[in-house]
Amino acid sequence: MSRESNYIFNQTPQVVQKKKYCRFKKHGIKHIDYKDKDFLLKFINEQGKILPRRITGTSLKFQRKISVAVKRARHLSLLPFVADGLK
Amino acid sequence: MVIFAAPKTKNCMNKKQYETVIILTPVLSEQQMKDAVAGYRGLITDAGGEIIHEENWGLTKLAYPIDKKGTGFYHLFEFTAGPDFIKSWELAFRRDERIMRYLTISLDKWAIEFNQKKRNGEIKSSSESAKERKAAQEALALDTEDDDDDN
Repeated sequence: MSRESNYIFNQTPQVVQKKKYCRFKKHGIKHIDYKDKDFLLKFINEQGKILPRRITGTSLKFQRKISVAVKRARHLSLLPFVADGLK
Repeated sequence: MVIFAAPKTKNCMNKKQYETVIILTPVLSEQQMKDAVAGYRGLITDAGGEIIHEENWGLTKLAYPIDKKGTGFYHLFEFTAGPDFIKSWELAFRRDERIMRYLTISLDKWAIEFNQKKRNGEIKSSSESAKERKAAQEALALDTEDDDDDN
């Protein structure tokens, strides 16, 4: 069984992943609005946690801004601090 | 050169652009809410500030309860004022029982540009643009760019 699964694992063709990019750099977005909760929803998971950079592909500069924006939105009760099944 | 540059920056610091969002209790009537907002508007103008923009979002649902309330009146002020003003401005919020939450931020140049563009209708919020995109999609039956693939 294990050998078989190993075999399959070795045989599966490598999926060519699309290169991640920073959407802010690509589209030239300079400011992240903390009042736009539908936009910020793209950067949090369904528990309401901020997604890491390695998933969203955001550059460090804008990840910092996202984190501030999400926290501001949480303070104003636009986004929840904790949630279940946000999406 | 630094010495010459210093007074210039100091002058710029005297008046800064700020943005405040307040959440008022839903217990208030529409008129009471407007009176409260008018009071704070007066506070800005009395201090020599200038109101650039105001937005009333009306009774909005909160993401989590605040003071056991599920909704609140959101109001946004965008104004210029000196840095000393913010202290008294926020103190007034803390003293006021009608205000459940407040947030004041100073706007940097990108934020000012963003807000200006938003007012001119050049930038739209995600929900607005999503609605428009949906309408366009239905009209043209075309696939628009999908942003959700990397989430």
